[in-house]
Amino acid sequence: MKTKILLSGNEAIAQGAIDAGCQFYAGYPITPQNELIAYMALHMPQQGRVFIQAESELAAINMVFGASAAGARAMTSSSSPGVSLKQEGISYIAGAELPAVIVNMMRGGPGLGNIWPAQSDYFQATRSGGHGDYHCVVLAPASVQEAYELMFSAFNLADKYLMPVMILGDGMLGQMMEPLQLSAVSCQLSAKSKKPWALTGCQGREPNIAKSFRMLEGDLEKLNLKLQKKYQLIKAKEQCCESLFLDDAKIILVAYGSMARIAKSVVNALRSKGKKAGLIRPITLWPFPKNIFKQVAQKNKKAKILVVEMSYGQMLEDVKLSLEGKLAVDFLGRAGGGIPTEEEIIKQIYG
Amino acid sequence: MDKIYSHPKSLRNISTHYCPGCGHGIAHRIIAEIIDELGIRERTIALAPVGCAVIAYDYWNFDCSEAAHGRALAVATGIKRIHPDKIVFTYQGDGDLAAIGTNETIHAANRGENLTVIFINNAIYGMTGGQMAPTTLAGQKTATTPLGRDVSLQGYPLKISEMLALLPAVKYIERVSLHSPQEIIKTKKAIKQAFENQINNIGFSLVEVLSPCPTYWGMSPKQALDWIKEVMVKEFPLGKIK
Repeated sequence: MKTKILLSGNEAIAQGAIDAGCQFYAGYPITPQNELIAYMALHMPQQGRVFIQAESELAAINMVFGASAAGARAMTSSSSPGVSLKQEGISYIAGAELPAVIVNMMRGGPGLGNIWPAQSDYFQATRSGGHGDYHCVVLAPASVQEAYELMFSAFNLADKYLMPVMILGDGMLGQMMEPLQLSAVSCQLSAKSKKPWALTGCQGREPNIAKSFRMLEGDLEKLNLKLQKKYQLIKAKEQCCESLFLDDAKIILVAYGSMARIAKSVVNALRSKGKKAGLIRPITLWPFPKNIFKQVAQKNKKAKILVVEMSYGQMLEDVKLSLEGKLAVDFLGRAGGGIPTEEEIIKQIYG
Repeated sequence: MDKIYSHPKSLRNISTHYCPGCGHGIAHRIIAEIIDELGIRERTIALAPVGCAVIAYDYWNFDCSEAAHGRALAVATGIKRIHPDKIVFTYQGDGDLAAIGTNETIHAANRGENLTVIFINNAIYGMTGGQMAPTTLAGQKTATTPLGRDVSLQGYPLKISEMLALLPAVKYIERVSLHSPQEIIKTKKAIKQAFENQINNIGFSLVEVLSPCPTYWGMSPKQALDWIKEVMVKEFPLGKIK
């Protein structure tokens, strides 16, 4: 029988990782994601899997590099300042073409900022957060249930494309508790999953090397072209979003993660009053779900777009790039702990 | 006739990029010989550093990983925890292990990770062009201490091996040198011990190897060996530390 359990977003991500076959977790405490590391500390060893409280974020992401190179499903988690520290390692993971999952439960910045929810790391997550031309697949859950389920997608995408995948949540999603339906089948992954490139000792084969360093003339350019080809494929295949009432909407709200929950409430409230509002909620932030915007611009030429973020306009740029100037785009954003309210959004729409 | 000496299988039969008189080639070969002798080539995973030995994986003939500068022991921890049955070692220079990676070094040692660490101390940054290392001697001239290391401004040569010896989870530390054939034999013995410790699940073992860098010491290969023997060992005394 499928029963529901009550978990916070942080705990649901941890349980999702475990059910998705995560064999290795290394992390360093930081608010507001401490429930995640605590959940892993308790549950990973119980299942014979590895949990390490690392000495730093740098160590944690590099332990993940090692565990991943060794063939394991590996992850780390943190919040904004800690994820900044991890960027070096993420760049190496991208360069060495290793699968890994990184969770960022965003808080306010810049600097030490505060521990309130924010979405100000969108640029860092969706562009190359560290050095070099690379990308992470970035997934943005908007509920505890989705946070759990996207962990399966995260590990699968990481293994499929051999690259870092980031879960981009925020302090609100991490802290809030909701009923969660666990997956009936958890992934039974082990060293048996096919990873012929993994470091396992060179018995019966030529040695494997995990590396991003390419000094021979043309070699690094070749790697970069390979990565770019991979990224094009992902852009074509993996765009994902939720949309509501796009066909007749006169005003379309665009928001992701926790912010999208508030935006959805606004859309439902407006609909109940007979006003034609719609919603686009990107679930993949990279690849950005460009196609849905192109479709809307074609089919619904009179729609106006309002992007709402807990930042001062980061996803806004991707929305504009996707629309290529075809629809009017307005923006409402707060950051540093401020969260746009339903009233503020309605005021932004109707003045 | 019995064959009593040959090229180790764990070392590829190619030329290295190292300067004349550099110690890395000797250290690489010693490690390869030991891995052959212990019969562990097919279950060894090495961590190459950032530094002159960055492409050590091109010379060794077993599984290897790179690690970002200073992070070898974090990466090694990840690998060893996933494959406790494999033999995992790091090969790190003084800048990697005792400056940018001090944190990873101390905490991997303090956790008692069952790893083998080969610490090449040549008192200088080689790959970047001869800058001050944490182990640079007082008064030693480098690209970033052009007037010699001034301890009042740049501190003293860092004795990381002695520091690590204080940690209860550290099982074996020895300082050896490559400055003469006798010392090379002792070096091989110490490194073999460090590998055997891992095979026998004894725990964290580190061998510090004093190694010549004639190019950035501004010496001939012979002078560099003499400098280790006459100057460097006074600051870094040889022998078992723990």
